[in-house]
Amino acid sequence: MKLYCLSGHPTLPCNVLKFKSTTIMLDCGLDMTSTLNFLPLPLVQSPRLSNLPGWSLKDGNAFLDKELKECSGHVFVDSVPEFCLPETELIDLSTVDVILISNYHCMMALPYITEHTGFTGTVYATEPTVQIGRLLMEELVNFIERVPKAQSASLWKNKDIQRLLPSPLKDAVEVSTWRRCYTMQEVNSALSKIQLVGYSQKIELFGAVQVTPLSSGYALGSSNWIIQSHYEKVSYVSGSSLLTTHPQPMDQASLKNSDVLILTGLTQIPTANPDGMVGEFCSNLALTVRNGGNVLVPCYPSGVIYDLLECLYQYIDSAGLSNIPFYFISPVANSSLEFSQIFAEWLCHNKQTKVYLPEPPFPHAELIQTNKLKHYPSLHGDFSSDFRQPCVVFTGHPSLRFGDVVHFMELWGKSSLNTVIFTEPDFSYLEALAPYQPLAMKCIYCPIDTRLNFIQVSKLLKEVQPLHVVCPEQYTQPPPAQSHRMDLMVDCQPPAMSYRRAEVLALPFKRRYEKIEIMPELADALVPMEIKPGISLATVSAVLHTKDNKHVLQPPPRPAQPTGGKKRKRASDDIPDCKVLKPLLSGSIPVEQFVQTLEKHGFSDIKVEDTAKGHIVLLQEAETLIQIEEDSTHIICDNDEMLRVRLRDLVLKFLQKF
Amino acid sequence: MDPECSQLLPALCAVLADPRQPMADDTCLEKLLDWFKTITEAGSSLLLLQENPCLVELLCHMLKPQDLSSRVLSFSLRLTGVFAAQEDCFQYLQGELLPRLFGEAGPLGGAAWTAPTVRSGWIQGLRSLARHPSALHFLADCGAVDTIFSLQGDSSLFVASAAGQLLVHILGLSMQGPADGPPSLQAGDWPACAKKIVGHIEESLRSTATPQITQALNVLTTTFGHCHDPWTRVLWVRLSPLVAGLLEKDPVPAAHSLVDLLLSVARSPGLSSSSCGLWETLAQTLSRLSPTQAGPLALGILKLQDCPQALRAQAFAVLLQPLACVLKATAQAPGASGVLDGTVGDFATVDTLLPSKAACVGLLCRTLAHLELLLPLPQRPCPWPQAPLLGAAVTLLQLCQGSASPTSDTGHHLCALLLGCVRVQRAALDFLGTLSQGTGPPELVTEVFAVLLEYLRSPDSSPTVLKKAFQATFRWLLSSPKTPGCWDLDPQALLFLRELLPVLQKRLCSPCWEVRDSGLEFLTQMTGRWGGQAGFRHALLASEVPKLTEQLLRDPESYVRASAVAATGQLSSQGLCISPASPEHPGGQQKSPLSELLHILSTDSEGFPRRAAMHVFTQWLRDSHADVVGDTEEFVAGVLQVASQDLDWEVRAQGLELALVFLEQTLGQPGSPCPYAVTPPVVAPACPLAQALQPLCRVRLFEFAFRALFDCDRPVAQKSCDLLLFLRAKMASSSSPQEARSSPDVASVEAALQRWQAGDQAQPLGDLEPEVVLAVLKSMDLEGLRGALAESSDHVEKSPQSLLQDMLATVGILGENEADCY
Repeated sequence: MKLYCLSGHPTLPCNVLKFKSTTIMLDCGLDMTSTLNFLPLPLVQSPRLSNLPGWSLKDGNAFLDKELKECSGHVFVDSVPEFCLPETELIDLSTVDVILISNYHCMMALPYITEHTGFTGTVYATEPTVQIGRLLMEELVNFIERVPKAQSASLWKNKDIQRLLPSPLKDAVEVSTWRRCYTMQEVNSALSKIQLVGYSQKIELFGAVQVTPLSSGYALGSSNWIIQSHYEKVSYVSGSSLLTTHPQPMDQASLKNSDVLILTGLTQIPTANPDGMVGEFCSNLALTVRNGGNVLVPCYPSGVIYDLLECLYQYIDSAGLSNIPFYFISPVANSSLEFSQIFAEWLCHNKQTKVYLPEPPFPHAELIQTNKLKHYPSLHGDFSSDFRQPCVVFTGHPSLRFGDVVHFMELWGKSSLNTVIFTEPDFSYLEALAPYQPLAMKCIYCPIDTRLNFIQVSKLLKEVQPLHVVCPEQYTQPPPAQSHRMDLMVDCQPPAMSYRRAEVLALPFKRRYEKIEIMPELADALVPMEIKPGISLATVSAVLHTKDNKHVLQPPPRPAQPTGGKKRKRASDDIPDCKVLKPLLSGSIPVEQFVQTLEKHGFSDIKVEDTAKGHIVLLQEAETLIQIEEDSTHIICDNDEMLRVRLRDLVLKFLQKF
Repeated sequence: MDPECSQLLPALCAVLADPRQPMADDTCLEKLLDWFKTITEAGSSLLLLQENPCLVELLCHMLKPQDLSSRVLSFSLRLTGVFAAQEDCFQYLQGELLPRLFGEAGPLGGAAWTAPTVRSGWIQGLRSLARHPSALHFLADCGAVDTIFSLQGDSSLFVASAAGQLLVHILGLSMQGPADGPPSLQAGDWPACAKKIVGHIEESLRSTATPQITQALNVLTTTFGHCHDPWTRVLWVRLSPLVAGLLEKDPVPAAHSLVDLLLSVARSPGLSSSSCGLWETLAQTLSRLSPTQAGPLALGILKLQDCPQALRAQAFAVLLQPLACVLKATAQAPGASGVLDGTVGDFATVDTLLPSKAACVGLLCRTLAHLELLLPLPQRPCPWPQAPLLGAAVTLLQLCQGSASPTSDTGHHLCALLLGCVRVQRAALDFLGTLSQGTGPPELVTEVFAVLLEYLRSPDSSPTVLKKAFQATFRWLLSSPKTPGCWDLDPQALLFLRELLPVLQKRLCSPCWEVRDSGLEFLTQMTGRWGGQAGFRHALLASEVPKLTEQLLRDPESYVRASAVAATGQLSSQGLCISPASPEHPGGQQKSPLSELLHILSTDSEGFPRRAAMHVFTQWLRDSHADVVGDTEEFVAGVLQVASQDLDWEVRAQGLELALVFLEQTLGQPGSPCPYAVTPPVVAPACPLAQALQPLCRVRLFEFAFRALFDCDRPVAQKSCDLLLFLRAKMASSSSPQEARSSPDVASVEAALQRWQAGDQAQPLGDLEPEVVLAVLKSMDLEGLRGALAESSDHVEKSPQSLLQDMLATVGILGENEADCY
């Protein structure tokens, strides 16, 4: 069993598991932090961004000044943003049989894999994952395509040139594999390869293994996966949460008794408690708005935003913010808000019961109804006429490199009354803000990551007790910034195996059994013999038939009746060579009794020697040795077949035959 | 006993003796017993029994085999004890009744004994009757002491504890007899009963069963705690080797009880000063017990007035041990913990700290609580290790927050155990606050402020932790060094304040109401203390805090509104409220704090904000607040008018408080004028009293006070009565004799008041003339009214007669209910 690790990002995993005869890709995450190296794509022409000076080498050589721009001491690539794809060279991706998706954040690289690698398999995911994943992809494509950029920089990627660049460009990895965003056509084609599954549904893969999605409690439709054969079980835990938020709670019990547990997608901010962060978010929001400032919340169009809107729903009246407009701007804002209300069966119990009242499960419906929350596909159009300040704007993209957020950063960045509150943990807020410096606007970092923290992981592992744990290397040591926090790492026995990008792990796990079915008529013919109380044995003669990874014992074909002539001879050629079987023997030989029996049968001068493995009975007169070991008995006598047969029969007396 | 009760008693006894008439309410039986106790304490029990033979009949009835309720049986046992407490009555009952009630033949052997209440009644009966030597003989004869021994291990904790107490009582009683001569060490000279009990204790102490040892230790603890006669010394000398023997066992059995006993002995005046090896035993115990068990003992030792210095030092070291461990585990350089760097029992402490979170947290919280108790005591250890303790508190807080950088494995482990532990955070913040009474090295004080700020800032601080952090911060700011001749905050504290105010600002916007509330309380405290100081004012006015406070007056949570009212009151007193037309809000529709608070007083649906508003108004009047001084009469009249209609009695009572302040100011009573007030207190008028009362009449103070006098809530009426009495006393001492005239006005007011008293308060009194008020006041029986109000509300219903009637009524004997039958 092998694990090919195609992504180094612990929360955006992409691994391939080779298990029995199947090749299974686990998640298909796309590392978008690469976009932080690019200049933002402004929706409205930004004089500031377009007038940034080009970057030149220390020696004044300015051949890169078209591609690289400098802003407040940082250098950015002035080009269409590109993404860092999972490894494509480590394994032939056309051999991947299936891709299992655990949540909508972990499928963003799907079009790259399904459309450009010769992939011919199936992708499995739950319905909300597919629908919301589609929204995320649609938003991404929309954000990038609506700001067409003529230029595509590639000069800087040259290895020799890259070495000369300042950090972080200098240290960017695998730049040659960075790719531009896919198209909507590719998205549709990729999504058409997905087959929908429900929690606890068992899916057979070629009869060899069975895969099952389990609720992981992190997002709508998010799942962990069980991959099991009859005797082996691998659990894939990715992006799980034990907090009570909107999704169905995590199914922990089904993870028990795993041979291997692959653990990815833990919280990216282990020191921040989501509850405290939500409190911070509300306080800072109220403080800004009360002072007449605007609040900008860069966010994804689905996920934490539902919880934030729910908190605000409860908070705005108490904080006297009822008159403040909340705007949600995204090409998919409307679909996201409406999709969330129709996936009742994927929601937590409280929200499910609301549906029967009937009430919308999320209170943002009421916010929309009362006009407190308004949503727009873009800042062009209706929004510009409705826009009223001070206000709170939720919009993407959290990287601040594309999407409507770029415009608001440019618009509000100059006033210290305004605040940008970062709630998505995927991007470093300092790096995200770098191309907007100098910035007067207040910045608050309240990352809300509801995924498992290390305390919860250690409880989970104690509970489900997997034999082996495999996780990204980042989880096996404390974060570099907090090297004294030994509690911020996965702590289990035996220690977790770690992996990094482009590594192949041989999982420490041997397959020992295989299930074989036996045909009823063959089973009927068996005559079990009890050799110990509770244990019966029977011999079986059969043909092992293997097809589609299923093994069946079928009755052996009957030897054809001798009909004479040439035909008979030919027929007998076809029949497998069925010799008359010797009986099988079992039991052990008690040496003392055996010696007594030998004496009774006229042997004298018997000596017994103890050896490491058993005994040697020496018949000195007959110059014969009987070597008795745990699993073998040898009679060694020189050319006296009569004696050997006599002795053999004496030995056989002590053994059971069947 | 009065004749009415005597008449009712036979019927009641019959009811009690009748198993078909169950007593539903056993509080009646308790009250009945209390009543009998008062009667027997005042007079002869014998006479009582002779005059009321039904009582003896009732007791005798208990002897018959029948299905009696266990409550009545228990009651009878206790009642018998109450009667037999007097020796002559004891003799009277001794013949048959006492042995059969308390002896083997009584309930002791019967089915009733299974009820804990009967066993408890039996013990309490004996406890009451054991007052005289005859009782001792009786106890010995009926074998009661053995039964008490066995009841010490009773399944009911109440019974077991009462049995222990009874043993102590009997021991004390029996030792009173031969107290003429000096008590002897020879057990042979002790009375038989005492010998038996002491023998039992000795046997229990030698036992291997922990429950038995615990029982014996508890009996001894009570004995030494309550009785300081010379014989107790003899007892201790005799038993101390056995007690010391317990320390040899591993683990030490019944450690808690042992600690209690040793401390009880150490506190006993006759024992502690002697050389009976107590100090050695204490020292040995300290070293033998686990850190968790030794903590309370160490604290007890340190609280003792006279105790050898070495023992105190040892006890203090034990107490500090867990904190020393924490410091050691996180120390950057070895030995940095200084005074706390103990080594005795170090391993034991580490063992206790590390295995589980519960043990670690428990030990640390207890240690901090013990040290907090010790700090204010005069006998606290000297020198007090202020700096290391400060360091330990700061380190603990850092460990809980994850900001400490442990240097050892123990430290890492501690960090993992304590991370986010609210209990330790609260205890450490409390302790840190208490430590503010002393000083510390400047760099440590800087660390204290840093850790406090870290807690106030942290989004993960729970509301209770945050409240404690605010409290500790205030205490540390109070203790920060003062610039000579200036009450303002020192520069460092001001710097801290500048960092603190943005945090406070954010906290005032918290979604959690508890946080907003404690933030406002903190603001009120701060403003009350430093509101007049330039540095503080400047920092506060530069922040959004005053504006946010004003907005919180409309908070949806009533507690927060109440705190916002208090804060606004304080800010306004100091002139720190944002002015209605500040340059920042030109033409703003903001109201003045006075009208804001008046609005709350008249419209808020919850009592807390209205009460808070009344407090603020009273304080403003007292301090001659600028908004009030402008037109005091209009202010008082307005407030009293709103307050008089309030449904909350505390608001009305506070209205009277405000009226009293106004009264004092008007009549020139030297109250407590604020020395910093801008306007001088109103000068005592030299005019006639009637004239002086004019302003009071104008604000309708009397109508308010008279209405309050007949308020359905007693505290309001009492307060009003006191106010009017004060005014009448003033009247009497007034130099200008005012002849009370009997005029139609007076008569109509009196008539109206009578109607008010009868409950009809619809009609107002109208404008009152001072003379009329004086006349009415003079004619009113205010003293009588005060007396009536002082009586508790159930004084009529509390009489024994009514008790007996109630009890009979519940079972229908009085026949009152017959009329209801069809």
